[in-house]
Amino acid sequence: MSQATTQKLVAVTILALVLLVWQFLPPALGVPKFIIPTITDMLSELGRMYRREDLIENTLSTALYTVLGFGIGSALGAAIGYLLGLSEFWERVLSPYILALQIAPKVAFAPLFIMWFGYNATPKLLVTVLIVFFPVLVNVLAAMKTVDRDMVNLARAYSLTRWQIFMKVEFPSTLPNLMAGLRIASTLAVIGVTVGELVGGNTGLGFLISYGGGQANAAMVFNSIVLLTVIGILLYSVLVWAEERLLHYLPKKEH
Amino acid sequence: MALEFDHVSKTFALPSGQELTAVNDINFKVEKGEFVSVVGPSGCGKSTILSMTAGLYQPTSGQVKVSGQLVTKPNPHVGFMLQKDLLLPWRTIIKNVEFGLESRGVSKSERRDRAMAELERCHLKGFENHYPYQLSGGMRQRAALARTLAIDPDIILLDEPFSALDAQTKLLIQDSFAETIKEAGITTLLITHDLAESVIMSDRVLVLSERPGTVQREIPIALPNREHPLARRQMTEIHEYANEIFTLLKLDRRAA
Repeated sequence: MSQATTQKLVAVTILALVLLVWQFLPPALGVPKFIIPTITDMLSELGRMYRREDLIENTLSTALYTVLGFGIGSALGAAIGYLLGLSEFWERVLSPYILALQIAPKVAFAPLFIMWFGYNATPKLLVTVLIVFFPVLVNVLAAMKTVDRDMVNLARAYSLTRWQIFMKVEFPSTLPNLMAGLRIASTLAVIGVTVGELVGGNTGLGFLISYGGGQANAAMVFNSIVLLTVIGILLYSVLVWAEERLLHYLPKKEH
Repeated sequence: MALEFDHVSKTFALPSGQELTAVNDINFKVEKGEFVSVVGPSGCGKSTILSMTAGLYQPTSGQVKVSGQLVTKPNPHVGFMLQKDLLLPWRTIIKNVEFGLESRGVSKSERRDRAMAELERCHLKGFENHYPYQLSGGMRQRAALARTLAIDPDIILLDEPFSALDAQTKLLIQDSFAETIKEAGITTLLITHDLAESVIMSDRVLVLSERPGTVQREIPIALPNREHPLARRQMTEIHEYANEIFTLLKLDRRAA
């Protein structure tokens, strides 16, 4: 048997074991299902959520705001990262503030945004934009600072304009870092939306989590967490797929 | 006259506030079609000479002229190559060769034709659609030479282009470069640490002093076969020339 097949087999076996233990161990130990629901409890709750709790609408809403927040936040982060990367002066002036904002826990802004904008979609979108913004900005900025100076000099010697140098040398050079930043940001986007919905929403999976929690419905919470994870994995996979196509010119690492 | 340095000095202001004179009162001329090497101890300002010829910065005093024209800014008639091939990894080889032509108002189809012709001259036909990572170090340097020649320069500057290659590849690439350059009839200035390389490849060797660098001797290499360094390598005279340069650079004393 090849090593790859063995790896897959072991991985699937572990999954099956975890599910089996989850299904049978808690009832055997007398743990009530509002603490740890079994797999079958969760599946039947999923059916109920589909019929009674607008599961599809809530999931799609969360997915939409995840993608939207990710898109806006990373576009802003990249744009400002490149602008600061082009101007050493502004980078030096603004970097302490960027650092401070980067360290500040972004999710803690959620109650503020709700006070300012009310119980609608704006606060969760803002939290997501804010949380996505920094990893993209920081990655782009770091990459702009490490562009090969000799390559820029070569482009200068070939009389390329400042804009051409950016488009033909600097931007493509930073692409691997930009993609790495986007990958980190994609996982954070789900957190941003969830926090926004937890704190002050009446739609989305984050809302279902706080609603289910209030009703001691652990199965509903678990189901929502699983769906949130699926949204995150999908977004992440799209980025990995895009990255492999965009960065095909990099030699593959040998394992 | 392809290249002329007339009493050129260059002083840099260091961040500490001190001044550093990299080169002092450099004078030399390179005739059209000539291949001249510059050797000297580390930090003698060889790369400063190159950057001033390319127009990346200006001398503090004196004049640098390429084809009789004073160099004041990046000069479209100068091509340069470094130890690093500086191929753009996201472009295919042919798109890399076209790179230097993209700001010169050359049409797309003409760019492609000129790039193909240069690839053929540099023995890279068939590799035009490969990416740089798919090529060996020697082939990548040949691609960089093709890119340099594609802009049809009056002069090319080579800054240690062979020093990152393994010993055998180096011999083959030196030979291939020498042949291509001779055939194209292009004036060349080679900056190198390798004394034997300077002798087997050049018409003339300029020996610089320690910093601040100045030309302490010009040694004409009166040997045939400039386009075949591999053949020159067999000649016994090579050792005499290399020894002469070795003595001038006082390398034995530095080793002590």
